[in-house]
Amino acid sequence: MSIIHEFEKASLVQGVLKNIRSIDTGPVRLMEFCGSHTAAILKSGLRQLLPSDVKLLSGPGCPVCVTHQDDIDRMIALAAIPGVTLCTFGDMLKVPGSRGSLAEASADGADIRTVYSTLDALEIARQNPDRRVVLLGVGFETTAPTIAASIVQARDEGLANYRVFSLAKVCPPVVRALLASGEVDIDGIICPGHVSAVIGSKPFEFIPGEYAIACAVAGFEPVDILLAIEMILVQIKNHKPAVDIAYSRFVTREGNSHARKLMAEVFETVPAMWRGFGEVPASGLVVAPGFAEFDAMQDPAVAGLAIEPCSPDPGCRCGDILRGVMLPEDCPRFGKGCSPACPLGPCMVSAEGACASYYMYGRQNGG
Amino acid sequence: MADKILMAHGSGGLMSHDLITSRVAAKLQNEILGTMDDAAVLNCEGRLAFTTDSYVVTPCFFPGGDIGKLAVCGTVNDLSVMGASPRYLSLGLILEEGLPLSELDTIMDSIAAAASEAGVQVVTGDTKVVARGSADKIFINTSGIGLLRPGTRISGSCARPGDVIIINGTIADHGTAVLSQREGLKFSGELCSDCAPLNGLVEAVLDACGDIHAMRDPTRGGLATSLNEIARQSSVGIVINEEAVPVRQPVASLCELLGLDPLYVANEGKLLVFVPASGAEKVVGAMQNQKYGRQARVIGKVTEAGPSRVMMRTRLGTTRIVNMITGDLLPRIC
Amino acid sequence: MCLAVPAKIISISGLQAEIDIDGIRRKTSLYLTPEAREGDYVLLHAGFAIKVLDKEEAAQTLDLLRQMNVNNP
Repeated sequence: MSIIHEFEKASLVQGVLKNIRSIDTGPVRLMEFCGSHTAAILKSGLRQLLPSDVKLLSGPGCPVCVTHQDDIDRMIALAAIPGVTLCTFGDMLKVPGSRGSLAEASADGADIRTVYSTLDALEIARQNPDRRVVLLGVGFETTAPTIAASIVQARDEGLANYRVFSLAKVCPPVVRALLASGEVDIDGIICPGHVSAVIGSKPFEFIPGEYAIACAVAGFEPVDILLAIEMILVQIKNHKPAVDIAYSRFVTREGNSHARKLMAEVFETVPAMWRGFGEVPASGLVVAPGFAEFDAMQDPAVAGLAIEPCSPDPGCRCGDILRGVMLPEDCPRFGKGCSPACPLGPCMVSAEGACASYYMYGRQNGG
Repeated sequence: MADKILMAHGSGGLMSHDLITSRVAAKLQNEILGTMDDAAVLNCEGRLAFTTDSYVVTPCFFPGGDIGKLAVCGTVNDLSVMGASPRYLSLGLILEEGLPLSELDTIMDSIAAAASEAGVQVVTGDTKVVARGSADKIFINTSGIGLLRPGTRISGSCARPGDVIIINGTIADHGTAVLSQREGLKFSGELCSDCAPLNGLVEAVLDACGDIHAMRDPTRGGLATSLNEIARQSSVGIVINEEAVPVRQPVASLCELLGLDPLYVANEGKLLVFVPASGAEKVVGAMQNQKYGRQARVIGKVTEAGPSRVMMRTRLGTTRIVNMITGDLLPRIC
Repeated sequence: MCLAVPAKIISISGLQAEIDIDGIRRKTSLYLTPEAREGDYVLLHAGFAIKVLDKEEAAQTLDLLRQMNVNNP
């Protein structure tokens, strides 16, 4: 059996679970930063296996969910510009803006294509030289290098009709913003596994260093998440917060230096608006001036887009969910007026939004 | 001589007539169709089941089948799971101007082969042509009539606490096979639609046990959707075992790659049977003796009357809900 | 956040690789992991390999987990 499948074996869970149960820390609150971790935890029913005094909260690690309402409105307006073909990853299609979604814009005639890879967007640009092909660059540091790679490739090929509308974000600054706000009381953080594969565990070292909060980088099989929780609990018990790596087969302290270098070359770090947080310093990636001809934001038609600011539905508590202040099941509209069929906000739309995960896997009653 | 469908093929004149007689009817040879009257005259005695479905799958051709095979099997299976023996189908074709005649021929061959395997006759039909861009190559509608076994009362509302739930084989094969052919995804591999006529399998089930409560062929929305539908119709709770639900490894891998849950991915050759516990072993044995039931197994049971919900016992021994999905599954990366 | 899946490289041509995941095959870019070799496992995300699997670390983690099973019968 390939070594990869070994980590899927249910039998591996027993030993680490017993370790967890034997560590006496008293009640602890751990935040899993990443939407994929929330989904994996709920899908496997992991919470049922943990001791009752280990509480898990979900964090802002869903790039679709944290995309600000104004940015969603901007991307919908962008799709409607004549001559523009908008390429997007599938998650963004149904996120509700103030006046509809990309899916609705597509039904109204906008040319919107779903892509699996930024390379597919390049191919669309090659095949449609008369269209301005704009990639909607939503993602964290896992995806940002792939966006950067597409820009470099476009430059090398002279693909003049390719643009990127970059809404890419970086994770450590929002963790800092969350901790600095003092709003959430957490004892440990399960750090994002694939973001860390790219940036390394080093950027998260300020968390134990400045806030004395325990951390471990986790993979995505149930046993990977449990191992990270075990490492965090050991740190808490011994009062020795650190950033442990439970996903060492893919994560190192340094990450993928090649990918990091590429991001530094192609992107510039700027303040960015995060849903639920407002402006977070040095947390957004925009196309660097050296690659300006591929920056959709430099395009006059895009720069000139006038968006009327419009507040999200007042019943929507996505902001509170993203900051870990509220669990989806505690939101008054959860399942009552807000559901995947008619979402009030992106946390219920994105397949890795906390609310969508709780709705699909975490409830005890059908609906 | 044109090698593709032209508007003239739909005009009702000589070209229409030639198309229908030589390319459509010629492949479906039977006495009733041969009369070429405005309606088919049928001799049926007893209670009838009647169903209709339209087929718009894209792409038309995929590993394991095509839209033609789908159009026959889908309707045959809808009749079969009611406990009806499928007899007659109608065939409505909407052809897009520009459709290569060779593709129409292949699809008609598939329809003929599937009808022959299922033992059904296509006895009436209609062919229309629409302008390029007004349809995606070919859309098909089939309606079907089947004869119910006397005394049969099989329905999604008849599942009862204690019933055992049996499936005939692996899930998510069809959806992944079709998805792998979609523009832009470009995955290749050992994927194959499970599209198949299940009436023979159903006959074996009904012969093995006279007390089948419910049957369903999970299609769009996958296994999870069918289980939820029956739970609602019957007002019962259902529990399935994750370990017991069979999924081929390449199918599971493609689903993981695209962020899909196999429980919600389409099937076209799967049969769910709800049977009292006393009959379960016999039904599984009878199914395993059939071509499309070799991997038949128990995957769960009906637990209690009351609020309808579907739960799953995971590989880890935990329990979680299997919710009804809303809307389309989208391939996603993040 | 970032759906990434382990895949095995079965052939390489320049910075393009053919990967295999249990019988599923696809072309993948090695632009971000030019050091990858045939036979390596990589983390596949959106058409790119973003990291190469450290087989030794994988084996060590499995040993650790199995040892925990032994220690906690």
